[in-house]
Amino acid sequence: MPVTITIPAPLRQFAAGQSQITVEANTAGEALDLLTATHSALRRHLFNDQNVLRNFVNVYLNDEDIRHASGPNTPVKDGDTIMIVPSIAGGAVIETEVAQSLPELSNEEILRYSRHLIMPEVGMQGQRRLKAASVLMIGTGGLGAPVGMYLAAAGVGRIGIVDFDVVEESNLQRQIIHGTKDLGRRKIESARDRLRDINPHIEIETHESRLTSHNAMRLFRNYDIIVDGTDNFPTRYLVNDACVLSGKPNVYGSIFRFEGQASVFWAEKGACYRCLYPEPPPPGLVPSCAEGGVLGVLPGIVGAIQANETIKIILGAEGLLINRLLLFDAWPMKFREFKLRKDPKCPVCGEQPTVKELIDYEEFCGMAAHQAPQPDSKLEEISATELNARRLRGERLQIVDVREPHEFEIARIPGTKLIPLGHVVSRMNEIDPDVDTIVHCKAGVRSAKAIQALKRAGFQGRLINLKGGITAWSEDVDPRVAKY
Amino acid sequence: MISISTDLLNQIREHGVKDYPYECCGLLLGRFTEEGKTVKQPYPISNAREESAKRNRFLIEPEELMRGERFAREHNLDVVGFYHSHPDSPAVPSQYDLDHAWPTYSYIIVSTSAERAGDLFSWEQEPDRSRFNQEEIRVIRD
Repeated sequence: MPVTITIPAPLRQFAAGQSQITVEANTAGEALDLLTATHSALRRHLFNDQNVLRNFVNVYLNDEDIRHASGPNTPVKDGDTIMIVPSIAGGAVIETEVAQSLPELSNEEILRYSRHLIMPEVGMQGQRRLKAASVLMIGTGGLGAPVGMYLAAAGVGRIGIVDFDVVEESNLQRQIIHGTKDLGRRKIESARDRLRDINPHIEIETHESRLTSHNAMRLFRNYDIIVDGTDNFPTRYLVNDACVLSGKPNVYGSIFRFEGQASVFWAEKGACYRCLYPEPPPPGLVPSCAEGGVLGVLPGIVGAIQANETIKIILGAEGLLINRLLLFDAWPMKFREFKLRKDPKCPVCGEQPTVKELIDYEEFCGMAAHQAPQPDSKLEEISATELNARRLRGERLQIVDVREPHEFEIARIPGTKLIPLGHVVSRMNEIDPDVDTIVHCKAGVRSAKAIQALKRAGFQGRLINLKGGITAWSEDVDPRVAKY
Repeated sequence: MISISTDLLNQIREHGVKDYPYECCGLLLGRFTEEGKTVKQPYPISNAREESAKRNRFLIEPEELMRGERFAREHNLDVVGFYHSHPDSPAVPSQYDLDHAWPTYSYIIVSTSAERAGDLFSWEQEPDRSRFNQEEIRVIRD
């Protein structure tokens, strides 16, 4: 069917100056395809890269918008006319407003960030975004160290650090933000000095306190992104819930022995930590790094992934770890990835949330333990000084060390018997039930488990847990016993 | 190049200040000439965007544009471009403007605040749609 297409004035230059062109077609879409096949320069003004009619371009068949008929498949009759009419849209958008308010870079900064600037994915605009951004790091330990150092080096304009600890010798194997000269210093001060040395062009704000339900919302309010570098469940749930409630992305990482996890929990765009783990594990079930150890380089890798994702969020990049849990195992050197899904029943970010303000997270993580099977009787405990006093008085007692042989090699309490936790039940006959038995490990968690296991197995003697383990012994009784 | 009189430029500025904090918009009626375009009359249009989006979006519906074109033809004029305001932001086109434009038309943008109109620039899209080029405005004295 011959149909006549009217070319709008501004596009005539792409149609050899013609105002009307007649083509033979059966549908409106076919007519436009034929038109733009002959006049290819016209096509890009009518269709986008996906070959769909641009959303401001309207095609009228006679007097009807083809979107109200059958779109491109609208049939045409002999003698029909097609008109192309733009709807005019536009306007200042956030980008221009943002671009205007972004801080400028000095010539020194331009030189410093040149390896970023020459990549179009970052560029001047991206670097200025980094300068305008603010990130709050929870913890300056193994994960916080690389996170802070890379974010500072990348030029993130304002970095907040929350920590309440002091630098100890056993930190230095992995917490590379601190040095030997910093032993005994407050971690926030040591971290601040290191970050300032890396990049004097950024602001560093220190918050010397434990993150609590009382201060979290107030702290989070002043930052764009929160990076979780904590090592315990109560704080991890607290960070998650405060991020959901304040609408901030939570860049998550965790480490244990040789294995690490990373993800971006951002409730507006995907799953949160509670969608993945609705409830904390019973206390003691998942050992901490202090109990189980951690390869020093592992937090370096996981923390660098957290820094990477943080920078990508600031730059507005795609391919974030949203709805993705990345698992890393340093021993076989393998990355794996799990898909996450937002849970509509999630108590904090679901459709009908029950957690609408921050709760007591110590209690939350302890309460879950009440639902777990309880030891049938109360755990009897003794302090290191008390144990020492009983030994000095010459009381008859035996001490069982339930740590692993390689730990026994590092440090031991004199006069103890080593039976690793995994063997206590099978080697129960080596423990004399007629005298009091003191059970110890490194910090007191594994020994409590050993006592439970022995009781369940029917051990009849008196079992007493050494509070604080060999660490307390070293601190309170005999400093010659090495701490690790 | 686009030629326009001081009086017509002031009409565009006044429209922008009147509609602040919203964006104003309208058609530029005139003629295509050897040198470019000459504006004979601005043709204000009600901003068709819903209230909430008016602050940073404007839209001239195709029906409205066709009405404007009919009006132009009756007066022996063409639609040679469009104007709109950027409340509290610079008179430069955004990516959104670029995605929703055609070459040859003039796009006049005026920066506005509650009290006054600021910069006023005219822009023309590069024929390959890659960017806007600033277009020279020749002011005709009345």
